[in-house]
Amino acid sequence: MDLFLQQILTGLANGSIYACLALAVVMIYQAIDHFNFAQGEMAMFSTYICWAMIHAGVPYWLAFFLTIGISFLGGVAIERIIFKPLHNAPVLSHIIVFIGLLAIFNSLAGAIWDHNIKTFPSPFPEGSFEGLIGMHEVGMFFVTLLLLLGIFAFFRFTRIGMAMQAAAANPASAELVGIRIGWMLALGWGLAAAIGAVAGMMIAPIVFLDPNMMLGILLYGFAAAIVGGISSPGGAVAGGFLVGVIENLAGTYLPAIGSELKLTVALVLIVAVLLFKPNGLFGKTIVTRV
Amino acid sequence: MASDVETQVPAQTDTRLVSGKKIPFKWVAVFIILGLFIPYFVQGYVAFQGTLIMIYAVAILGLNLLTGFNGQFSLGHSAFYAIGAYTAAVLVYHLDWPVYATIPVGGLVCFVAGFLFGLPALRLEGLYLALATFALGVAVPQILKSSHLEELTGGVQGLDVFRPAVPEFLVNNLAMNMDRWWYFIAFFVMLFMFWLAWNLINSRSGRAMMAIRDNPIAAKSMGINTSLYKSLTFGLSAFYTGIAGAMAAIVIEFVAPDSFTFQLSILLFIGLVIGGTGSIWGSIFGGFFILFVPNFAEEISTGLSYAVFGVILILVIYVMPSGFAGLVNILSVRFKKLFGAKTS
Repeated sequence: MDLFLQQILTGLANGSIYACLALAVVMIYQAIDHFNFAQGEMAMFSTYICWAMIHAGVPYWLAFFLTIGISFLGGVAIERIIFKPLHNAPVLSHIIVFIGLLAIFNSLAGAIWDHNIKTFPSPFPEGSFEGLIGMHEVGMFFVTLLLLLGIFAFFRFTRIGMAMQAAAANPASAELVGIRIGWMLALGWGLAAAIGAVAGMMIAPIVFLDPNMMLGILLYGFAAAIVGGISSPGGAVAGGFLVGVIENLAGTYLPAIGSELKLTVALVLIVAVLLFKPNGLFGKTIVTRV
Repeated sequence: MASDVETQVPAQTDTRLVSGKKIPFKWVAVFIILGLFIPYFVQGYVAFQGTLIMIYAVAILGLNLLTGFNGQFSLGHSAFYAIGAYTAAVLVYHLDWPVYATIPVGGLVCFVAGFLFGLPALRLEGLYLALATFALGVAVPQILKSSHLEELTGGVQGLDVFRPAVPEFLVNNLAMNMDRWWYFIAFFVMLFMFWLAWNLINSRSGRAMMAIRDNPIAAKSMGINTSLYKSLTFGLSAFYTGIAGAMAAIVIEFVAPDSFTFQLSILLFIGLVIGGTGSIWGSIFGGFFILFVPNFAEEISTGLSYAVFGVILILVIYVMPSGFAGLVNILSVRFKKLFGAKTS
């Protein structure tokens, strides 16, 4: 029973990271109707920035918040500089730019900070909670939970959050009531980059820091977004926790999977959801008028 | 009848589609002659590089059929490249098949895999296919390394593929050696695959594919079975990539999981965009690009090749969205205009 509980808790902790990435993916999806394939590499790059600051002697929490700020500005800059001119471009152009960004961030991180695997410090005390789960996992869970609550409150209770929702839901009408659509998009990108940065900094002590660290995690983020329903931010978060738990339980109790086929679990999850419940568990069916 | 209104409508670009485009024989002949003589004027290694370019070109053409002519996206073609390569390697290594026979089999296995994989994803919008193939591309190296398949795939170590000697009479008559022999095989396979693609695009099925790309709803209401066509196109695209993968395994004489990572998918995708989405011959240029530019970029700064790729990709979107092939088209039209204006 202890093993079972342990796996559930670890799953929830990892799931909080997937939830963050899924939320970041869904936010950009709602803005431009496409998955940001560069989300993982953006988060990885942010994590490297934080590592470099800590390495230069900046205290952890200061570096943490500075990184969030830098990532936010970076996300805004990417939208303003690269995506704004492509606003009406076909979907293929967006995918190409995503792939371009992915390649640039991946390669730059390797060129600036080399490809050696680095350890990333954890701000939480060592040891474990009741012998079940490491203190870092507990901290990670609560940090991301706090972040998710903050995002929820931002969208639910602030004027600007409401404006962003309006801009995503119905751009034309939103513009008519005086919301600046372009800046709402940029804000969405900034927020997504910042959320990704938190996810990267929280998971880095576990998976270690290297330029390819986020590829598998992003895949789980996508799986979470699909399982939860790509049209629903709340669903994406729930999907993240669910996927985290499924991943851990499958790795522990299905001997055929173990730790070496974990990415396949994500693949199977994605294909299964697409087959049986394309809108995800919490998503709405989207009807388009012809 | 005279009229005040300018009635000259710009010539419709796609009228040729209905009658079927003619193959530009002049250029194809020049290309074939050049292609046949090149291996006799260059060193063995250059011929080998040429072989790789043609293999990449076939894979990129496969991706192009999917993206350029059917409007679907795949970020997982490294997986089909891997399936083709491993099919060839396993057949040669475990079952002692003749290597030549493994090339079409590699393609067929990929066709079936692609068709089946495409079915669930293609019932939905294109972005779900991009997502599902992304997952496939990321997961496949791990599956190939898995201990359950180790007996079959050789695990992390990979498998060796041994090529038979070049037929004796060719060695005596045409000064054939291993590099040249496989260069010619790749060359003729490529010509065949390009001819096939050309005929497909200029057929009823090809027009159906393009109709789905341009307006899926209209295509459906015209009676085109869109999901079947999409799945078939995806299978066909995987078939091309599988053929390329099988040839690559044989030419390199080795397969290992780490040759088929997600980066290969990105590389093929880059070749597609740079060569020209929706242009058949642009795929050859794409093959050139992804083989030579990494070496070139490494000389400028080691480890930065993908950053250079990324920058080029984004620039291409702004400057020449139709890729190299589109650029050549524009230039040739301008040139003709300039030339025509002078003579008249």
